Amino acid sequence: MPKYLFYPGCSLQRSARPYQDSINAVKELIGLELEDVRDWNCCGATEYVAIHHLAAHALVGRNLALAAQQVDGTRTVMAACSACYLNLAKTDSYLRADADLAEQVNTALAAGGLHYTPGTVRVRHLLDIVVNDIGLDTIKSRVVRPLKGLRVAPYYGCMIARPDRDNRWDNVEHPVAMDRLMKALGAEVIDFPMKTHCCGGHMTQINLPVAFELIRRLIHGADQYQADLIVTLCPMCQLNLDAYQADVNRYFNTDYRLPVVYFTQLVGLAFGLEPDRLGLGKEFVDARPALSRIGIELPPAEAAEAEAAVARRARKQKAPAGLPMPRMPNDHEEGQ
Amino acid sequence: MDDASLSVRETSPKSPPYTAHRSFLEEVIEATPGDSRLGMCIQCGTCGGSCPSAADMDHTPRQIFAMIRADMREQVLRSNTPWYCVSCYYCTVRCPQEVHITDVMYTLKRMAIREKLYDDSTAPDFSQTFIGYIENYGRSFEFGLATRHNLRHRPFQLPAMVPMGLGMLTKGRMDLTPHRIENIEQLQKILARAIELEVS
Repeated sequence: MPKYLFYPGCSLQRSARPYQDSINAVKELIGLELEDVRDWNCCGATEYVAIHHLAAHALVGRNLALAAQQVDGTRTVMAACSACYLNLAKTDSYLRADADLAEQVNTALAAGGLHYTPGTVRVRHLLDIVVNDIGLDTIKSRVVRPLKGLRVAPYYGCMIARPDRDNRWDNVEHPVAMDRLMKALGAEVIDFPMKTHCCGGHMTQINLPVAFELIRRLIHGADQYQADLIVTLCPMCQLNLDAYQADVNRYFNTDYRLPVVYFTQLVGLAFGLEPDRLGLGKEFVDARPALSRIGIELPPAEAAEAEAAVARRARKQKAPAGLPMPRMPNDHEEGQ
Repeated sequence: MDDASLSVRETSPKSPPYTAHRSFLEEVIEATPGDSRLGMCIQCGTCGGSCPSAADMDHTPRQIFAMIRADMREQVLRSNTPWYCVSCYYCTVRCPQEVHITDVMYTLKRMAIREKLYDDSTAPDFSQTFIGYIENYGRSFEFGLATRHNLRHRPFQLPAMVPMGLGMLTKGRMDLTPHRIENIEQLQKILARAIELEVS
């Protein structure tokens, strides 16, 4: 059984809890043995490095040093969040390339009694491990409920495939690992041209109209390809496309209802696991209509109902007049 | 400026400016970890053409790099350009000269913050609030971050955010209290030492 050191990251503790729940539910079925990095701290996301550059590397350095202490049989540190993955991988790569930086980071780490030798651990993303270590044959052998008839748009976002200093992916703009995984589960996979376009990251906190446009074009793209749902591997992407979808509809006067789920949730469904064990039902845009199309029924969740009612009311409030908004000719609400 | 560099300037007026004083270009390169390759920019514009938020920027990345070379220090640091960078790394992987563009944007953010040269404080404050939670708890804290940031920067939009906040809570996707790591003192010592080294 392969064992990996696991760096969960802050999002998987809460806002991406369904991701963590679905990882927990499927890991034993695919022989994925995980050991948490003890007392890990936040990776700094895209914020720490905007204020301090050396401290940002030291922040990640503490995680790498703690992980290195647990190296025993494996030296692979796995992250499921793309920002965590990038920050861990990037710091290790920069420390390997720049001896002065490594020395300074170690001077800082020494203040906490720690040391990290660059290159001690190998940082990899969960998707990479599932597709390349565990392999699609193992995945296929576990499928008892193929996702036949489910049209999925695989959405990777930015930070898993770029800048890819360690050459982990086949292509930095059009990776296919998740496409292949979804096909192995029996799903119908869209060749999604926007698969690595940006969800806006923290832009929802900086400038909403800019963020809304970045989110809109992704949802619109998937909708034009008639996707039943978007499948992703990044907590930030999931949050932006899912939790802000109602706001985006209000802003652009659209009516998209594209659920956004984690790839591990679909792996679990194809393995025949119960939807609630996979954290399904905790998404803002209800995934039930899409899943019932392939015969998977989720119990009605009260919270989801209430949420849908709020969203419906909000949509009715839209003003018919106002400034012209960017609109595509064959938009949902016009064409149907 | 020491005597030697002064004399160079006086005796050879046509010598490039970098022999006389440290140019802004050199300053940015020095403040960017590793080899940023910023000096290699050929002004092709692939960066701006690949940027999802270029339309909202005061200057495209290509323009910013030209301005850096032209020593337009204050105009560069006042530009909203780095603050609209969403760290998607499209420019970085497409740049034919392999300039570490995203890293340079982070450098410009740090410089603008240090010298308080930004017109809109929304993004700098967001980063500051975010890292405040890391420094106190070792983890990010979404509820605190969202309420504090939005109270300060867009209080009138708060009512519109209530449904999402409630949704996050009822779906078990948000905590009301932060989680502190066990060895927070160790992390604080490490960060304090790193910040000390950074300014020295």
